Amino acid sequence: MSLRSPLGVVLGRGTARNAVHHWWVQRMTALALLPLTVWLLSGLVRLPLTDFATVTAWISLGWNPVLMSLLVLVACWHSSLGVQVVVEDYVHSPAAKTLVLVLSKFAHVLLGATGVYAVLHIALRS
Amino acid sequence: MSARPLSPHLSVYRFMYTMALSILHRITGLLLSLGLLVLIYWLMSASLGELSYGSAVTVLSAPLFRVLLLGWLAAYAYHFCNGIRHLFWDAGVGFEKHQARASGWVVIIAALLITAVAGYLLLSSAAVNP
Repeated sequence: MSLRSPLGVVLGRGTARNAVHHWWVQRMTALALLPLTVWLLSGLVRLPLTDFATVTAWISLGWNPVLMSLLVLVACWHSSLGVQVVVEDYVHSPAAKTLVLVLSKFAHVLLGATGVYAVLHIALRS
Repeated sequence: MSARPLSPHLSVYRFMYTMALSILHRITGLLLSLGLLVLIYWLMSASLGELSYGSAVTVLSAPLFRVLLLGWLAAYAYHFCNGIRHLFWDAGVGFEKHQARASGWVVIIAALLITAVAGYLLLSSAAVNP
């Protein structure tokens, strides 16, 4: 049995099974970001942020590169999902909506890749 | 199809501060998305070496940027606390009106406290090492 109305099926409206997944991943990334961002903030307040050597040594220390890469990836993922919801709610023209959504996705992937590359570069150099 | 009912009809409700808290979650979320740019900029400058890190520090410690960073910290503190509130709602906890109103105040006070303490620590550590 389908919960989609015949009209909804024809017009391409209604569930495409992706909504629950989007909702769930947004919550899971939120949950993961709670400890990850607390870890980052507690590191930042203790570091002499203007000191290059100390900062890069801290980023390279022990599990920190893993945590920092995870933080970058999960934050970009969570941000991408959040921006998507806002765009879908407030941008009404279909063309503009699609364009902004695609640009947002590309920008988030670029940001995530850049962040992970930077972390690995710092950690593997020192 | 064009005349189908649309919701929510925000304008028919009497304004409550919980509505402001709700839209503030989206606004701070968008601000934090922009803040990701700063985080990646900071990491990238550190990966490029001492010289580029030095110029990033000059940019980020400018008075205008200090105010912006404090704003991002406040946005994070709010989004973090209110996010926990939303996660409890998602689990079906705290949905009664009086609970939602009380937890809203808890979020505001907790976010202000986090912003004040972390902001003081961040700015004082930056002041010690100019």
